[in-house]
Amino acid sequence: MKLASKDLLGIKELTKDEIILVLDTASGFKDVLKRDIKKVPALRGKTAVNLFFEPSTRTKTSFELAEKRLSLDVLNLAATTSSVVKGESLIDTALNVQALGADFMIIRHSSSGAPHLLSKHIAASVINAGDGVNEHPTQALLDAFTIKEKLGRLEGLKIAIIGDILHSRVAKSDIYLLTKFNDEVRLIGPPTLLSQELEALGVKVFHDMSEGLKDVNVVMMLRIQMERQGKGFFPSTLEYFRYWGLTPERLSIADKEAIVMHPGPMNRGIEIASEIADGPRSVILDQVTNGIAVRMAVLYLLAGVRE
Amino acid sequence: MKELLNKQDIDRILARMAHEILERNKGTGDLCLVGIQRGGVHLARRLAKKVKDIEGKAVPVGSLDIAFYRDDINIRKEQPAVRKTEVPCEITDKKVVLVDDVLFTGRSIRAALDALMDFGRPANIQLAVLIDRGHRQLPIKADFAGKNIPTAIDENVEVSLEEEGLEDKVTIE
Repeated sequence: MKLASKDLLGIKELTKDEIILVLDTASGFKDVLKRDIKKVPALRGKTAVNLFFEPSTRTKTSFELAEKRLSLDVLNLAATTSSVVKGESLIDTALNVQALGADFMIIRHSSSGAPHLLSKHIAASVINAGDGVNEHPTQALLDAFTIKEKLGRLEGLKIAIIGDILHSRVAKSDIYLLTKFNDEVRLIGPPTLLSQELEALGVKVFHDMSEGLKDVNVVMMLRIQMERQGKGFFPSTLEYFRYWGLTPERLSIADKEAIVMHPGPMNRGIEIASEIADGPRSVILDQVTNGIAVRMAVLYLLAGVRE
Repeated sequence: MKELLNKQDIDRILARMAHEILERNKGTGDLCLVGIQRGGVHLARRLAKKVKDIEGKAVPVGSLDIAFYRDDINIRKEQPAVRKTEVPCEITDKKVVLVDDVLFTGRSIRAALDALMDFGRPANIQLAVLIDRGHRQLPIKADFAGKNIPTAIDENVEVSLEEEGLEDKVTIE
């Protein structure tokens, strides 16, 4: 069993079996991360370039650590968006990076589809680390890994994704992934940030927390993207918390064993109460650890794809 | 396809190897068995059971997956499946017996040695294999070989074991 494509552009393009392969491989890497020597020589001699056109701390750090743990040589290019707004210059940048000898290009870009464009022009493996409002596939894979690790299965669960769905590439990737595993996905948020049209993806849309949270096994909170909130999607952060914030009372509506997830960075007191974020049901820090293992698995498996 | 060893043959060989391991190491003190996924893991467990039958003492048994340490990542058609690695004891200063089913080019053993070293600094590492079929590409030799079988390089030696839901036997093709 291997991945079909040299690139990881989105969850949409992956089959269920491919996702299972990534998750199984990731558990091998999770073991590596528990050892004293947390590094294996698997990809020694290959080079990864992290091309981040948008600010990112945790995804970039996580990729960088995953690369180093696999013995890859790592280059970080923090490009400014201004020089690459045109498609042509993005490709030029990538071709130059390729000429440096990159085997992997990890790209984050504010334009949806940027990694897809790159993948057509370069031979290196392209990994999407978040493109516009389209996808963030490795986040969905680490979410899936964490759910499976905590609940023992990935299928037939009730999963609520709450918050700023409109701007969230994480939500899109999670929806694509979880619907492949026949989970009941419920989206909850204010109508301004959550369109009814999303039901076409095979999910249920709720605008009321107490309705949507009933009996769910997983509560996935999304970050309110403050930088994109200039357009008045909701009156104030206080009001947002009152209606859609995750509080202990609201969490009690969910299944007793339900876990709480958040892709980070968290806005405490806006989308999630501190006592929940730090509470026993929170698996938020596990997600961070698992992110490294999952990204190692993706890099490792893509290295084995010959096109 | 020709059968080289049957269930009873394998059992006798393992019994002898268990004795040899105990003889060489003067008992079970500081001894630890680590099998290479997958066949080696089953054989390591069987050897440990025989050791216990002989000495009355249990030795720790572990498993080692060498996927991340292989040297053929650029030539294989796909990445090898990743299986469980469980090193059961602190291996530093222990006598580690690495167990595999077939010793061929020696490259898996090279990878296994690197993998083991990442867990600690053993007092020594010994190699036990059920079949030594020759054609080494690296300077590696078994300390305990169940059976030496001369082969042609293009022949295929297959060890099938009950733990995998098969009949215990060794065949060549």
